[in-house]
Amino acid sequence: MNSRSLIAGRALGKSVTGLAIVANDDFSARYDLDRIKGVFSRPSHVLYGLSYVGKILVVNSAKGGVATSWMLGEMASRSMAPLALIFNDSNAIMVQAAAFAGIPIMDQFEENVTRVITTGDHLSIEPEKKLISILD
Amino acid sequence: MQLNDTEKSMRNGDLGEPRRWAIEQQIAVAEYFGAEDFVPVSQVHICADSEALGENGIGLLERFSSYEASEKRVLVPSLTDPRGSDFGRYKAIRQDLSIVERERRLADALRSIGFMMTNTCINYQCVLPPVQGERLAFGDTGSVIYANAVQGARSNFEGGPAALAAALTGRVPRYGYHLAHQRLGTQLFRITEEPRNLSEWGIIGGIIGRIITSYWEVPVIEAAWSDMPDLPTSDSLKHLGAALASYGSIPMFHFSGLTPEAPDTQTAFGSNKINEASSIGRKEFDTFRDGFQTSRPELDVVVFAAPQLSIVELRDLAALLDGRKISKSTAMLIAVPPSVKIVADQSGLSETIEAAGAVILEGVCFYQMHARELAQANGWQTLMSNSAKLVNIVGGYGYEPVLGTMAHCVDAAIDGRVPR
Repeated sequence: MNSRSLIAGRALGKSVTGLAIVANDDFSARYDLDRIKGVFSRPSHVLYGLSYVGKILVVNSAKGGVATSWMLGEMASRSMAPLALIFNDSNAIMVQAAAFAGIPIMDQFEENVTRVITTGDHLSIEPEKKLISILD
Repeated sequence: MQLNDTEKSMRNGDLGEPRRWAIEQQIAVAEYFGAEDFVPVSQVHICADSEALGENGIGLLERFSSYEASEKRVLVPSLTDPRGSDFGRYKAIRQDLSIVERERRLADALRSIGFMMTNTCINYQCVLPPVQGERLAFGDTGSVIYANAVQGARSNFEGGPAALAAALTGRVPRYGYHLAHQRLGTQLFRITEEPRNLSEWGIIGGIIGRIITSYWEVPVIEAAWSDMPDLPTSDSLKHLGAALASYGSIPMFHFSGLTPEAPDTQTAFGSNKINEASSIGRKEFDTFRDGFQTSRPELDVVVFAAPQLSIVELRDLAALLDGRKISKSTAMLIAVPPSVKIVADQSGLSETIEAAGAVILEGVCFYQMHARELAQANGWQTLMSNSAKLVNIVGGYGYEPVLGTMAHCVDAAIDGRVPR
């Protein structure tokens, strides 16, 4: 199986494999999501109308407030959360959220992940190794 | 991480399961950011409304509240951000009873653990203003940025679970804005036109917040107008900071010559290189404001919130509403801390405002009250506010927001139509 690898500067959580949903945009659970329907609901968001449930969310950075830290756990409790969070640059809230929800998170790559990974790519996330593999 | 004996005991479970859970959460975050140790905090402020927590978060707090006092009680003074319901006025806005009941359960659990129900996002104005160097675990972006920038205190954004953990352990990992080098300026902005009202102070925050995309960047603001004859007030910087934190997820800024760690621009930057300043003036203010439009002219609701209003803002609003009547087709909601409501009642401001037809809600903020469900229950779609932060948030809840000054918002509410 051919693959391309990306190394993170920081990582937390368990290993997962899944499909990517990618945007050169930022992310806040309160500002951007309809958490009942499981879709991006802010009209100005690049991923407006698309589902994030069970997907590996790859975005530029975190925006907005603190509510994501509770909300990610609430979403995960209903199996309505992203599978993993990949940022170019995360903030404290997203890491707290990921730790609380038990969702893997990585950031600080040498390349812009929103340009290297494409929506629909099959990814293997291994936080212990700080490694993402894009699987063919 | 280096753990002291108390921290090791917490991690071993010797001090109870709530504190074991708490310190494990904090260690996970600490290891991510390379924090070497913990620092004690003097205050905690938690964002905990039922919309954010859901049954998952409420269940956690109820579980912790069932433990013995020695295992569950907070170790430092711990305050609450706004609730999701005003228990006295929820019927006036047709809030569903199921939401109110969840808020009651949540409030009971928080109280049981030892949180003081301040129910405000402006605790730095009306509860216990932090002092320079004070280490905090604040959990509202507006309260963090104000405490860091205007008061010179030190806090990261501590989201709900992280703030809960800090309250149970009395400490936070030493990373981010607890470190001196992180607090130095990284980008310079020059404001070429003096803001004329609170809305324009918020617009400055929104403009800079859209430019800066990283939690780790610190804007330094210079005022290009001479002499600053009217110094910014606490409310001006409150709106600036709240919008900066909301649009940019930024916990710190410097205002050269005004904020405590920026006696001048060079000091604010420290050893960091000073870039060429980006200018922000009237053209940028107007472009930002004009970016918010509605699809129809009828104005469904005017909201003054995000942040909650100070008593001074409420006084200004009362003066604008005095003797006037809001259109029957437009609602007006005003969010204030409980402590401000008491003063407003005793000063006659509440009577003046409510005589005009507005609803004063205490201890809540609009977007923390299940705003989507409120829109559905009341038929609200078009919304006007003087808060740059609020108009940033409510789009995701299905509203069409427009931004105006407090006076323009009042005029529009009287008229029942979005200004064109």
